[in-house]
Formats: sequence, C-alpha cells, structure tokens
Amino acid sequence: MLYNLPYITVAVVIAIGLYAMLYKRNLIKIVIGLSLIESGVNLFLVSLGYVQGGIAPIYTNAPKTEMVLPTPQALTLTSIVIGVATTAMLLSFCIVIYRHYGTLDSEKVRRLRG
Amino acid sequence: MTGFLDFSTPSGFWDPLRWIIVMIIALLISYYIWKRGNPKHKKGEQIKPFFSGYDAPSPEDAHIRAGNIYWGFITALKRYYAFVKSIHTGNINDYIGWYVGIMALMLIVFLLWGGA
Amino acid sequence: MMWDFLMHNSPALIIAVPLFAAFFTPVIGRFSKKAMYAWVVGAMIFTEFLVLILLYTVYTYGTQIYVFGARPYSMAIPPDSGGIPVRIIFTVDSMSVFMAFIAATVGLAGAIYSVACEKGQSGQEKYYALVLLMIVGMLGMVLTGDMFNFFVFLEINSLASAALVSYRINKGVSVEAAFKYAVVSAIGALMILFAIGILYGEYDALNMAMIASRMQFTTLDKIAMALILVTLAMKCGSIPMHFWVPDGYGKAPGAISAMLVAASQASLYGLFRMCFTVFGLAASHITLGYFLIILGLISMFVGVTMALVQHDIKRLMAYHAVSQTGYMLLGVGVGLATWGTPAFSQYGFAAMEGGIFHIINHAMYKGLLFLTAGAVIYRVGTSDLNKMGGLAHSMKYTTIFFIIGALSIAGIPPFNGYASKLMIYESVYQFNPLLAVIAMIVSILTLASFVKVFHSAFMGPKIYPDVKEVPKSMLAGMAILTFFIILFGIFPQLAITYLVQPAASALANPIGYISRVLGGGP
Repeated sequence: MLYNLPYITVAVVIAIGLYAMLYKRNLIKIVIGLSLIESGVNLFLVSLGYVQGGIAPIYTNAPKTEMVLPTPQALTLTSIVIGVATTAMLLSFCIVIYRHYGTLDSEKVRRLRG
Repeated sequence: MTGFLDFSTPSGFWDPLRWIIVMIIALLISYYIWKRGNPKHKKGEQIKPFFSGYDAPSPEDAHIRAGNIYWGFITALKRYYAFVKSIHTGNINDYIGWYVGIMALMLIVFLLWGGA
Repeated sequence: MMWDFLMHNSPALIIAVPLFAAFFTPVIGRFSKKAMYAWVVGAMIFTEFLVLILLYTVYTYGTQIYVFGARPYSMAIPPDSGGIPVRIIFTVDSMSVFMAFIAATVGLAGAIYSVACEKGQSGQEKYYALVLLMIVGMLGMVLTGDMFNFFVFLEINSLASAALVSYRINKGVSVEAAFKYAVVSAIGALMILFAIGILYGEYDALNMAMIASRMQFTTLDKIAMALILVTLAMKCGSIPMHFWVPDGYGKAPGAISAMLVAASQASLYGLFRMCFTVFGLAASHITLGYFLIILGLISMFVGVTMALVQHDIKRLMAYHAVSQTGYMLLGVGVGLATWGTPAFSQYGFAAMEGGIFHIINHAMYKGLLFLTAGAVIYRVGTSDLNKMGGLAHSMKYTTIFFIIGALSIAGIPPFNGYASKLMIYESVYQFNPLLAVIAMIVSILTLASFVKVFHSAFMGPKIYPDVKEVPKSMLAGMAILTFFIILFGIFPQLAITYLVQPAASALANPIGYISRVLGGGP
C-alpha cells in the first residue's frame, strides 16, 4: 500500500494541474497549474529512485551500502532548475500582458486568432 | 538510358538538365511572340483602358487588396471556413485542450493497436 | 594535430562554441556593438565549419559517438559499469548531422540578417545571447543520444525561442504569442520528462540505444510512446495541435521566425528518431506510419486552406509552415508504414528520402520567405497585406528573393521545392494515389496563396513612395539561403548522395545505431 502511495499522489497532483490549465481562465492560475504538473513529475522521478531504508548516495563514511538511486535525483534537480526558469519567464510575460491588455482573462487575451 | 522525351525520374530525383532545356526553349518562343508585338497597335490610340464608357479608376484605386483576393473560392467553401475558424479561438485553454485530447486519443490507439 | 583535435571533438565543440559565445555576448556587448556583431557572426561561422567537418567525418567513417568525460572519448560502456552506458553520449549518425547542418545554416543566415534588422532595438546583447542559446538547443537536440539530454536541450530551445518571440513587445501582442508558445511547450516538455521517467524506471537507462535494445513494449511503454510522440508532433506544429505556430511565427522578429522553422524541425527530427530508433523495433509500423500520415494529411490541407484567408503576411507564411510540415510527415510516414515489407525498397524508401529532402528544402525556402517578410515589415512598418502594395518598385532584390522562395515552396522547377515534392508525389502515388493527389492540390493552393502575397505586397502602384531597399547584411542573410535553394534545385543529386540518402538509410537502420553504441558494430 505504502509503496504505491507516491504514485497515486503523482497522479492526483498532475490531474489537479491539468484541471487548472484546462478550465481556469486566469493566466496566472494556468501558470500555477503548470507548476503543479512539474511538481508531480518531479515527485514521480524522485520516488522512482527510492529504495526502502536507503540513505543519501554519498560513499564517504557511509554507514551502510543501501542507498537511493542518484540518477533520478540529478534529473530532478535539473528539472527543478528548468522549471524555475520557465515559471519566471511565464510570470514576467503575464506582467507585460497585464500592462498592455489590462486583463489576464484568457477569454480576452486572444487578439491572435483566426 | 531512356529517350530524351521520357519525363519520368529514372534515378529517383528529377533531372534538371532536360527541364532547363525545355524551359529555355519555352522562354525563347515567348520572347519571340512578345518581340513581334501586336501589328494592329497604333501609337497614341490605345492608352486608356475601356471601362464601359466611364473614366477608368486610377491605379491606386484599381489595386485589389489582399482581403478581396480569392473571394469566390472562400465564399464557395463558406461552411468549411466557418468550421475551421471556429476552432482557431486563440484561447490558451483550448490550445491545451486539443493537446490533451489528442494525447488521450493516441493513448487509446497505441494501447489497442500499438503493437506486440 | 589541430585538425585531428577538431575532427575528434567536433560533436562536443558544436555545442560548446555557441554556448560559450552566448554567455560572453553580453560582456562584449557592453564595450562595443560592432565587436559583438563580429563575435556572434564569427561564432556562427565557426559552428557551421565544425558541422561541415562532422558532416565529412560521418559521411566518410560512419556513425560517430562522443562520450562526455570518458577517455578515450569513444568508450561508450566503461568496463566496470556492467554493460550500461552510464555517461552522456552524443550519437551522431547521418540523420543527426543532416539536421545539424540545417540548424547551423539557418542560424548563420539569421544571425547575419539580424545585424541590420535589429540595429535600432534596445537590449541587443540579450537578443544575441538568446539567439545563440536557441541554436545550442537545436544542435543539442539533434546530436544527442541520451533521452534526458534531449529533454534538456528541448527546454533550452523552447525557453530561448519563447523569449525571442516576445523580443519586440508590439503592444503586448508578441508577448501574448510568446506566452501561448511557452505554455504549450512547457507542458509538452513535462510530458516528455514523465515518459522519460517511465522508461528509466523500466530499463534503468537513459541512453536511446540502450532503451531501444531493452524495449519490452509493455503497457507502460505504450503510454510513454504516446506521451513522447504526441508531444513532439505538437512541437513540430502538426494540426490539430498547431495553434501556437501562427501566433509564435507570426509575431516573432523576422530572423527568429526563420530560426523557429529550424527549431520545429529539430522536434520533427525527434519525432522521427523516436518512431524509428527508440520504439521502431517493437511498435507496430502500421499504427505509427498511419499516425504520421494522417497528421500529415490534415496538416497539409487545413494549413494551406487557412493560409489562403490570412491577410497578415507572416501569419500566412506560418500556416504554410504547418502545411509543408505535412509533406515531411506524409513522406516519412509512408516510409514507416511500409518499413520491413517488400514495398519499402520499392517505394517506401524513396518516400522517406523525399520527406527528409523536404526538411532541408523547407528550412531553406521558408527561412528565406520569413526573411523577406521581415524585410518588408522592416521597411513598411506593418505586416498587414491590405495596407501594402507596389514594393517591387523600390525593393528589387527583396522581390527577387521572394519570387525564388515563393516558386520554390509552390514546387515549381527548377527550385528545390520541386525536387523533393516530385519524389514525394512519385513514391506516395504508388502507396495510395489519393494521397498524392491531395498533396498536389495542396501544392496548387500554396502557389495560389503566394500569388496573392506577391500581388498585394509587391505589385501595383507605389503606395509607399519613400521605401528603400533593405541594408546589405539583410540581403546577405537571404542570399545564403537562396544559394542553397538554387543549388539543391539544379543539382539534386548532390544533396541526395551526400545528405539525404545517408540520412534516410541511417534512420531506417536502428540496429546499426544500437550496435554502434552498445558495441558489436564497426
């Protein structure tokens, strides 16, 4: 039961994020949804590398040899860094859009269509 | 080797040499026709275009703008264009919706017929 | 000595040179603008030179691998790793280097073009740094043999391109386009990362060759396949997930639109690479092939009909980019659907060649068309075709470049669009005549809509009396692409023998790719 709990959490977090991106009309809430999906994916990666009772994968003076996998953690770190950059860029876009359009409603921020 | 007038592509791609020879000949013929001119043309007589007896509009007004070109084609396909344009809403939620929808469709397709 | 060094390390240097140049551009830009232009263009020329060296190496010696942090650099599997390629490996086969050539050439033309086009803008240091980063992203995507590395370069590419789309704020409209582009590419990249996580959890590997060789094709693999393929199809702009294309291409600065074409094609490369190499050995070729063919057909037809009614010059061209991507998907899709059957050697391989040849041709002529559109907007100040007219009176060279690009995209001989479209028609006709007929109708409609652009922008009386020809550096950028259009149009055998045929055979031979990385190959 406990073994699958992280994956259920992943599914729930990604589903909430997708819901926000699909049905929320505020652009900032769309960015929040994107961040939620990203957290879900990161959680998925970290839980992939988890070993029951494992310690951090540092060999120097290691008390035991049961360690969690280092690669998914490296992937997650990279992904977090990219996610911060994406979120920062999207939020700064939101600022400029609000300054010029006076609204963040996705029904109104659509001068490009057709 | 096939004959000179065989225009299939024996080597898998087009053979530009024959085409260019044909094009040069065509250009020479059209240049000859253009050079001959219209013998009935007299200078000073046929300057103004005939516009049902009225004064022809100035070139600035006669220039057809982009929005009016292919009016007939677009009108004939009015229902198709109404449908296609209704898809292009410009709403970011719809963009993501189409992506997620196709993703769901392809998940089903690949799970059923994806292979072994 | 120097030559050997360049030849052996070219895969790494192709990434390192523009990356290094990108982070030094703002520093140099603080001192002198001219030095910065020389720095950026010099870095791009050097990258192009390295790509040509790599092209020569791959053509002569076959697929190259470059293992980061290993000595010797070609040791993919360290002796103590238990048969798993633990390091990041660049696997450069003919297809990768073919795409790298496209990215570097269009990037070079875009950089030269930008020098004059963006001269009056503020924040140029950031612009050029982002341009170089975008090129790094494209080159990395096509050269890498590692799934996670692919994701990282995809993100570098989409972040840099989204920031560049919004470079001219344009009363907020460009930022709206950039926002939409960034959101869809961010969610797409996250889905790819999720799929990479699934594959890593199953096979303990991130290397494409390793994953392909261990592929069990379980239910989880099918989910990962759907996530990756649909995302890459979205990123290359196929209908019905193309909505970001007209927005992003249409509102970006001229040179960036041209480079976005190459960026989308890097995603297209990813799609083909995943279809053939990673999932190709296990998945059903019919399903994957028809997936590409149907996407291609819809993209071709809807793209061109939507383009006909546009009256914004760049938005119109952006819809054509969608439509032309359909040809590539159709050609390679027919190849994939017939892969492994006798029909493959009969016409499937020719269809693949046509599709792949169309990639390079499209990058060249669509790049050229976007550059001419940028030149028109640079002088006229509007992108609305309804307000244009008579530009041929004063912009002679731009008009000539536009005519060449327009004839090429419409598939009129003797330009390169005809060379690849003919290959697609001929081979697809044998697969299913209806598909070839649709492809031809789309080609006619393409010509029709470019006649419309030509008539309303360049013909007619002089509406703008004080318009001049664009500066020389912009013309030079266009001339580079025109050179390749005419070269590949008049001498298609050159491109086929040295670029396209090796690329198509490399794509159709995943066993060779895998054995080159995991040992057993030459």
